[in-house]
Amino acid sequence: MQFHKYDVVIVGAGGAGMRAALAAATEAGHAPRTAVLTKLYPTRSHTGAAQGGMCAALANVEEDNWEWHTFDTIKGGDYLVDQDAAEIMAKEAIDAVLDLEKMGLPFNRTPEGRIDQRRFGGHTRNHGEAAVRRACYAADRTGHMILQTLYQNCVKHGIEFFNEYYVLDICLTETENGPVCTGAVAYELATGELHVFQAKAVVFATGGFGKVFKTTSNAHTLTGDGMGIIFRKGLPLEDMEFYQFHPTGLAGLGILLTEGARGEGAILRNASGERFMERYAPTIKDLAPRDIVARSMALEVLEGRGAGPNKDYVLLDCTHLGAEVLETKLPDITEFARTYLAVDPVKEPVPVYPTAHYAMGGIPTNIHGEVLRDNDNVVPGLYAAGECACVSVHGANRLGTNSLLDINVFGRRAGLAAAAYAANHELLDLPEEPTTKVADQVALLLSDHGKERVADIRTELQATMDANASVYRTEETLKQALHDVQALKDRYAHISVQDKGKRFNTDLLEAVELGFLLELAEVLVTGALERKESRGGHAREDYPSRDDTNYMRHSMFYKQGDGLKSEIRLDYKPVTFTRYKPMERKY
Amino acid sequence: MTAATVTQASAGSRGDQPPVPDGAITVTVKIMRFNPELDSEPRWESFGVPALPTDRVLNLLHYVKWYLDGTLTFRRSCAHGICGSDAMQINGVNRLACKVLVKDLMAGGGKHTTITVAPIKGLPVNKDLLVDMEPFMEAFRAVKPFLITYGNEPTRERIQSATDRERFDDTTKCILCACCTTSCPVFWNEGSYFGPAAIVNAHRFIFDSRDEGSQERLDILNDAEGVWRCRTTFNCTDACPRGIQVTKAIQEVKRALLFRR
Repeated sequence: MQFHKYDVVIVGAGGAGMRAALAAATEAGHAPRTAVLTKLYPTRSHTGAAQGGMCAALANVEEDNWEWHTFDTIKGGDYLVDQDAAEIMAKEAIDAVLDLEKMGLPFNRTPEGRIDQRRFGGHTRNHGEAAVRRACYAADRTGHMILQTLYQNCVKHGIEFFNEYYVLDICLTETENGPVCTGAVAYELATGELHVFQAKAVVFATGGFGKVFKTTSNAHTLTGDGMGIIFRKGLPLEDMEFYQFHPTGLAGLGILLTEGARGEGAILRNASGERFMERYAPTIKDLAPRDIVARSMALEVLEGRGAGPNKDYVLLDCTHLGAEVLETKLPDITEFARTYLAVDPVKEPVPVYPTAHYAMGGIPTNIHGEVLRDNDNVVPGLYAAGECACVSVHGANRLGTNSLLDINVFGRRAGLAAAAYAANHELLDLPEEPTTKVADQVALLLSDHGKERVADIRTELQATMDANASVYRTEETLKQALHDVQALKDRYAHISVQDKGKRFNTDLLEAVELGFLLELAEVLVTGALERKESRGGHAREDYPSRDDTNYMRHSMFYKQGDGLKSEIRLDYKPVTFTRYKPMERKY
Repeated sequence: MTAATVTQASAGSRGDQPPVPDGAITVTVKIMRFNPELDSEPRWESFGVPALPTDRVLNLLHYVKWYLDGTLTFRRSCAHGICGSDAMQINGVNRLACKVLVKDLMAGGGKHTTITVAPIKGLPVNKDLLVDMEPFMEAFRAVKPFLITYGNEPTRERIQSATDRERFDDTTKCILCACCTTSCPVFWNEGSYFGPAAIVNAHRFIFDSRDEGSQERLDILNDAEGVWRCRTTFNCTDACPRGIQVTKAIQEVKRALLFRR
């Protein structure tokens, strides 16, 4: 076991983690000793897969203001958004984009040399009048450029990284005022050794858990580790039933094709060539928010209007955009279609279908990124930002580009808050034997205690989640999913890890990750069963309407007990309203 | 190297195999294995794997790991050519395993297909296909791969014309996968050479009209281990999974050095 002491420890080196690290190192007014721990290498994180853009009301190409952006975000989130947080995000979006430009991000430019902007789903002028050009972008690799730019600036400022250190637990020290976060425990992939990082503040920026689904735009490594760790500590997770399905995944594969394609004018068509979004969202059509477009696509297929030999997808038609727009503004997705489906978007429409994309829910935080231990109290020293967190700026459905915004605005806020906390507090003693739990977990997984294969359990988990908990849900399908997940948890107790070595044991890593996936799948399904209404990304066929009387509230999930199989206690948290009253959501 | 062993799907050590999809053919995946905890030197091991023509090579490696031999070790994350984790030699050339499809590797004329996979060359092998990336990242960090500016920052964004932005567009695509650097014969022979990827990232800033650090960066690249080592073999350009004109970028940096004030 090795021991380290830092002021601030950041877990995760995607956009939120690196933005937090830079804020702590360069903006806090003092320089806390900061370490960034990542289970990957810094530029491997899935921020790099984001394509289309990052919205901010710069008004570089047409009239816009951050209040419209706030409204769009709240309406897009089907009014489950905490409105104070959405206001902060939309307001700080402008500086967030300008900060990135000053750090060197190569945004596409207008003819005047300003940052160019394009249309994106659900972003509108004057509260829904028409689509507005708000998304700042770098071709269709905006996330790649954000990730590279943040890493470049981390190099510039000498941020210390611990690469391929897999955090498996946090240290909570009990005080008379409740638990305080005092560090994290990591497994070093290269050696199998455990490391304790004692810290005054810990920031979780660990990303999402898309791998509970089979068809997903998410990386193999997005297994909800951070959310799982927090949940297992008895701390709550919020709004986990709200999972976003991005409309345009490459059919059968789930690889993302940016909404920016539709922002540039691409059109969704069914088998007969009809522009079907005209029926579902007459005003902004193909640029309706993702939940609406994904449901419309699924309905087209369900009602027999799907394209292809099995009528199981629809078509994204980019052919009228011309080769130049595709090659200059959408080069990556053009190449994905060519490489993975052998379809050339310049000449023919691309088969697409919704793909599991983004967790609206996560670790509840306030607007400073402080993690909540219940509705009213925080865990001092513990912060979260990015997809693993729930502020909640996305509510029941995130608007496109708002995730890149979220990681920059709230990553920065969490980094600043953590640095400020570290400056004003002493290191507290760690809890006794902080590594015992992780050491036992690793030893158990490596012991001979069964023959169940990780791949089999994961495959079955993903199959049941795709079949029973995706775009449309019912009591029946969700009960089936819950039953399946719980049965898989039983089997997980007999998991076999074939690689018993200490050196780069990725076999062990996958087994640990699967445990988190099972945990989070159960929470998602439990929340979806309990929420007997349809709101944003959560669509119940048996309860097709939004029910503000009973469900205008955040779900809060608490794990009861220590084992993998344990009860989930469901509680509720009020939604924060400022100036926007819930309205019917029409586009 | 020791003699090859073949592990067939039917005789895998991890129990029953999953159902084989319609249209799958069995290909041999021949992998260079090396675990310094157990092996004194690298060895080849072959696995029979059912594959669809549309499968990525990464799918085949996952099949081996998940159903035949859990000790097989490699990096991967996004699985669609964006994160740069899974660079390896596939049939002797540097590729990302998630961007090469089986149909493009099939033996013609109904012959049996063998796909050879080995770690990228020139970096220490830690285990199987997983190499130590630190020397590579060190070279990247050494060229000051970040925007350098002096004076006060503007309140709004810096103005940059679309043409000036286009000037360095190609080299902004780099994902630091190391395919280029580890395909370079100069890098194989002299590991101290910065290598193509570092120069690509220097290029990205040298030709950015907003940057004021070109002279510092060019000084670094004028070093004995710098751009002059490049012998324009174009291996790097061929290897780049992002289609970056790597050799051209290196030539442009050389020219900038020759004609700088």
